[in-house]
Amino acid sequence: MANKYLHIHRLRRVYVWELPVRFYHWLNAGVILVLIITGFFISNPLALMSNAEATNQYTMGWVRYIHFIAAYLFFFNFLFRIYWGFVGNKYANWRQFIPVSKRFFKEMWTVFKIDILMLKKNGQQQDHLSVGHNAMAGFIYFLTFIVFLIQCLTGFGLYASMSDWWLPKMFAWFPAMLGGDIVTRQIHHWAMWFFILFAVVHVYLVFYHDYVEGRGEISSMGGGWKFIEEDVFEKNKHMTPNPEKNK
Amino acid sequence: MTNEVLPKQPTYYEEVQRKGYSRRDFVRFVSMMTAFIGLEQSAIGQVTTALETKPRLPVIWLHFQECTCCSESFIRSSHPIVADILLDKISLDYTETLMAASGFQAEEALHNTMTKYKGQYILCVEGSVPLAADGVYCMIGGKTSLQILEEAAEGAAAVIAWGSCASNGCVQSAKPNPTKATPIHKIIKNKPIIKVPGCPPIGEVMAGVIVHYLTFGRIPELDKLGRPKAFYSKRVHDTCYRRPFYDAGLFVESFDDANAKKGYCLYKVGCKGPSTYNACGVMKWNNGTSFPIQSGHPCIGCSEENFWDNGRFYERGSSFAGFGIEADADTFGKVALGITGAALVGHAVATNIGKSKFIKEHQQEGRESEHELKS
Ligand code: HEM
Ligand code: HEM
Ligand code: SF4
Ligand code: SF4
Repeated sequence: MANKYLHIHRLRRVYVWELPVRFYHWLNAGVILVLIITGFFISNPLALMSNAEATNQYTMGWVRYIHFIAAYLFFFNFLFRIYWGFVGNKYANWRQFIPVSKRFFKEMWTVFKIDILMLKKNGQQQDHLSVGHNAMAGFIYFLTFIVFLIQCLTGFGLYASMSDWWLPKMFAWFPAMLGGDIVTRQIHHWAMWFFILFAVVHVYLVFYHDYVEGRGEISSMGGGWKFIEEDVFEKNKHMTPNPEKNK
Repeated sequence: MTNEVLPKQPTYYEEVQRKGYSRRDFVRFVSMMTAFIGLEQSAIGQVTTALETKPRLPVIWLHFQECTCCSESFIRSSHPIVADILLDKISLDYTETLMAASGFQAEEALHNTMTKYKGQYILCVEGSVPLAADGVYCMIGGKTSLQILEEAAEGAAAVIAWGSCASNGCVQSAKPNPTKATPIHKIIKNKPIIKVPGCPPIGEVMAGVIVHYLTFGRIPELDKLGRPKAFYSKRVHDTCYRRPFYDAGLFVESFDDANAKKGYCLYKVGCKGPSTYNACGVMKWNNGTSFPIQSGHPCIGCSEENFWDNGRFYERGSSFAGFGIEADADTFGKVALGITGAALVGHAVATNIGKSKFIKEHQQEGRESEHELKS
């Protein structure tokens, strides 16, 4: 087995996801899960049977309460992530998400060729290993953030009339613009499916990258480390996409 | 009714007396109205004074594409003074449905009010304006409703859009909206417009809007959609007496089940109360007798824009265009999830084939390290 030539990689540790990004990620994932579950329940509550008096039950009330608490966490967490896109490290920077340069599009195309079309380049099955997330992933996260925004606008827009606080009230214009709560609620419901589809594909791809690249992709959201080959490191040392440098 | 417009109008109270109502009736009416328009008790005096001293408000009431349910609702509002005094006997200078005059006389009455009370009269509009085919779908006296509306709005102090037709188009603007039925605010841009949606709006709400204008001489406070806050700031759901069942999670599953008998919440049989802004839960209908939910029917959201196209009356979600009548967003989502799942399985298989050499190298490298390490 091991008698043919083996290229033994020397891996170098890179601190990719800082603690705030990791904290954001897991809070976000957890809270979205809660929002999806409670959201499904709100849209079509189970026919729960109980012999308790109605006065002593508050099922729908609790589910909605949890949805709203999770919604606030989601919202502030999201705001925090946007803030961190300006002060965090280069892999967390907002430029990693928004296709502003030609390089970004070129990288997206490369990722598409490698990960989706599975094309080989120079006889190799894999090149271009990005250190942070790749351009394609970054762009998808950008779309995701837009859906986050839609969900906050519709959600808080619906919540505005149930609340006395100025913050949700600030969103009242959104249902008004869409033409009422009925349609706002439907959009809120449809957008939920984006989250479900995103989560499924995202988790799959994280496992895929971990499996194919073997650089600790999954655990990177735990400890923050990813590993890159020493030769790749040397090659990219001064050419690492550095958003701060572009300024 | 006469087509002659009096330059000096009697006050409301004078008319109330003339009609044979007692002072007690009048005061009862005033306190009811004050409560309806959401004023404090201390404002009763203000409303009384206004009705005692202010001459009646000239009103022009136009009917376009509509079913007259708003007028019907108004004249059936619980206190007879509403119908007798505010509307029927003295207030209306022109209304196609209720005036005695017709033809040339009627048009003259309209014209007289428009010129004599320029800048003072209230223009009430019931119905939407069809804009398709140059407006031929609704013409009165040889004029299109657009022409009539624009002329009448010119000298109006304010415009009241009665009902869902005038506020948002209602059923005649349902897709594909063949007559291009258009609500008033999309046509008249330079006048304050009060939208009083509902199919029909509650009579007391309509009276309340007029009394508010009378008392304060200005339009009531409006929300972001242009509806008076006093009546439209709460959802039907927020004032619904079945709400405790909603919070408890106790729902009618079908119209003939035991839960329906027990009066549980109608959410799962399509109630739009949680998305509908109206005063039904508080004011109710027909002298406060009942309202749809009280008689066991879910709210259909009749005061909300596009309620006719925005979903099914007996389901929570709307059907999804292109996927059949029964398909909703969740059907679509489940199909998309299935396709995504299949695509991911396909991708996983393709990965193991297409990148087999690469994966094998990694595995070999890892195994090699394992062998070389002491245990
Ligand atoms: C990942 C994010 C979220 C998901 C997946 C989600 C999902 C859902 C779903 C499926 C519904 C039921 C809609 C229906 O009636 O069919 C719902 C209702 C609602 N959501 Fe969300 N939601 C999210 C975020 C938010 C946020 C950020 C807010 C902001 C406050 C919010 C506020 C609401 C409100 C007010 C309702 C209506 C509840 C009621 O009237 O009882 N949601 N949500
Ligand atoms: C087992 C579950 C999950 C794992 C292992 C995981 C792992 C990761 C990893 C490794 C990244 C880095 C991105 C990259 O290298 O391309 C990432 C990013 C991200 N993940 Fe997850 N994830 C999980 C679940 C979720 C869920 C449920 C959501 C939300 C629906 C989510 C939302 C995101 C977002 C928005 C980013 C971008 C992070 C940023 O840079 O701000 N993840 N995730
Ligand atoms: S019946 Fe309708 S309005 Fe009343 S509590 Fe249930 S959902 Fe809300
Ligand atoms: S309960 Fe709903 S549908 Fe019925 S009249 Fe009131 S707003 Fe309209």
